[in-house]
Amino acid sequence: MDGKAFRADFPIFEIEKSMYLDNAATSQKPKCVLEAEYGFYEKMNANPLRGFYPLSVEATKAYEDAREKVRGFINAASVKEIIFTRNTTESINLIAYSYGLNNLCRNDEIVVSITEHHSNLLPWRMVADRTGAKIKYLYPNKEGEFDPAAIDEAITERTKIAAMGQVSNVLGSLNPIDHLIKRVHEVGGVAVIDAAQSAPHMAIDVKKMNPDFLAFSGHKMFGPMGIGVLYGRKELLEAMPPFMEGGEMVDIVRFDYTKYSELPHKFEAGTVNAGGAVGLSAAIDYINKVGFDTMNEIEESLTKRAFEAMKNIPHLHILGGDSAEKHHGIISFTLDDVHPHDVSAILEADGIDVRAGHHCAGPLLEFLGVNSATRLSLMFYNTEEEIDAFTKSVASIRERMGFND
Amino acid sequence: MESRSFYNEILTEHNVSPYHKHDIENPDIVLEGVNPNCGDDIWLKLKCDGDIIADAGFTGDGCAVSQASADIMIGLIIGKKKEEALRLADIFIRMIKGEAREEEIDSLEEASALRDVAHMPARVKCAVLGWHTLEEAFGNN
Repeated sequence: MDGKAFRADFPIFEIEKSMYLDNAATSQKPKCVLEAEYGFYEKMNANPLRGFYPLSVEATKAYEDAREKVRGFINAASVKEIIFTRNTTESINLIAYSYGLNNLCRNDEIVVSITEHHSNLLPWRMVADRTGAKIKYLYPNKEGEFDPAAIDEAITERTKIAAMGQVSNVLGSLNPIDHLIKRVHEVGGVAVIDAAQSAPHMAIDVKKMNPDFLAFSGHKMFGPMGIGVLYGRKELLEAMPPFMEGGEMVDIVRFDYTKYSELPHKFEAGTVNAGGAVGLSAAIDYINKVGFDTMNEIEESLTKRAFEAMKNIPHLHILGGDSAEKHHGIISFTLDDVHPHDVSAILEADGIDVRAGHHCAGPLLEFLGVNSATRLSLMFYNTEEEIDAFTKSVASIRERMGFND
Repeated sequence: MESRSFYNEILTEHNVSPYHKHDIENPDIVLEGVNPNCGDDIWLKLKCDGDIIADAGFTGDGCAVSQASADIMIGLIIGKKKEEALRLADIFIRMIKGEAREEEIDSLEEASALRDVAHMPARVKCAVLGWHTLEEAFGNN
C-alpha cells in the first residue's frame, strides 16, 4: 500500500524526478495550496485588518477564515487562542519572551526533554540565562521512551514550564505529553507542546490534550513556508504582554498612551502573512479530504517496509525504537565507518533526497553517543518503489565506499 | 540514475586506509579545523625543519571527502617547503572552485582526484578543510 494515487495532487512530482524522502524537514505542497495562495494575491490582495474598502475587507475575511479553519483543525475553544506566526520556532520564542521572561525568576525550574529540536530548547535556555531559572532535562531510555515516573520526579513545585515535542524529529517516537501536561498542571506550571512533527500526521484536539501552549508550522503539513501557529490558553495570552510592537497590534496610540488590540491581534504585529494563512487553510482542507486515517495507513505500511529492510542491512544501526510502530515515519540511522554526509551523497547520486547531520537536535545525538545521522522521513504520498530504491542504495553504500563485506 | 561517483578509488582508499592519520611526536604546529555545519573536525600536526615540512599527520573525524583530502594533502606536502605547500593549497582551493588551469591541476598529483567536488557545492567545505587549516597553520588566510 502506498501513495501513488495521491502523487498527481503535487505538481512538483511532475517536474522533480528525485525521490523525496526528507518530509520531516518540509512537506511537498498540493496544487490546491499553491492555487489558494496565488488566488489570494491574484484576487484579494490588500492589507488585511486595516482598510475599509471592499478589497481590504475581503482580504481580512480570507485571513480570519483561515484562523477559524485552524481553530477547528485543533478544536480550540476560540479564534482568540490562535496566533499566526512565521513557524514553530517563532511560536515558541513568543512564549519564551512574552510568558517566560515575565513569569519566571531565580530558583524556578524549566523542565525540557533532551530529545527536543533546538527550537524547543534554546528559547528555554535563553529564559533560564536571563531570569536565573534552572533548566532540568528529561532523559529517555536509548529507545527514546520516557518513564512516566521520571517525569513525575523531574517536575516539582518549582517547575513553572515543562516543554516537550509530541513526536521526535530524529527518533519518530511519540512522547508521553498527556502525562507531562497532567503532571505540570498538578504543580501549577504550564505545558508547552511542540507539535511541528505531529500536526501533519495525527489529529490534535487541544480540549482533550489540554496544553497551555502548542506550536506548529504550516510548511510541514502541506502549507506554505512562513506561516505557523501558536495556540495558547486565552487566560494566559490575555495576561501576557505583546511579543513585538508595531502596526496592526494596537487600538490606540497617543503621545503617552498605548492600548493594545484584543487577542489574537495583540500578538500579530506588522503586516501579516495573509497569503500564507490562506494557503495553510487550503492545506487543512486537503488533509481533511484525504483523511488522517488514510494517511496513517499508508505511512505505517511504508515505515514498516523500510524498517524491516533496514534491519537486515549489515552494519546499519537504527536510532530509537525497535519496531516500525514506534517510528511514525521517521527512521534515523548510522552506517558503520561511513559518515552520514557520505551516505546522503551516495543516496543523492542515486536520486534519493534524505537529510544528514545533527537534525537540530545536538543534545539528543550527544545523549545517543553519535555525532550525526542520516534520516529517512516519509509522507503518505511516497511509494513502495521509493522505499525499495532507498534500501537498495543504502545496502550498497559500504561496498561503494571501499569496504569489503 | 547514473551515479556520478566522485567517490572514486583514490578517495575511498585514502578514507578507508589513510596513510597519515596518526599523531606526530612533538609537533611544531598544531591546529584544529572544523566544519560546523556537518561536524568534520580535524587536527593538523606539522613538524618543521627550518622552512621544510619534515613530517605531518592528522587526527579527528569527518566525512570521506574531508578525511581523504587531508590525507592526500599531507602526502603531498611532506618534504616540501612551506611556500610550495601554500602554493599547492592555493591551486587546490582554486581547483575546487573550478578556477584552476589544467597544468596546475596536474601538479596536484593524487589530489586532482577530488576535482569533481567542484560540481558538488554541498561538499566543497569538506574538500578544502585540510587545505584551509594548512593555510591557517602558516598564518596565511
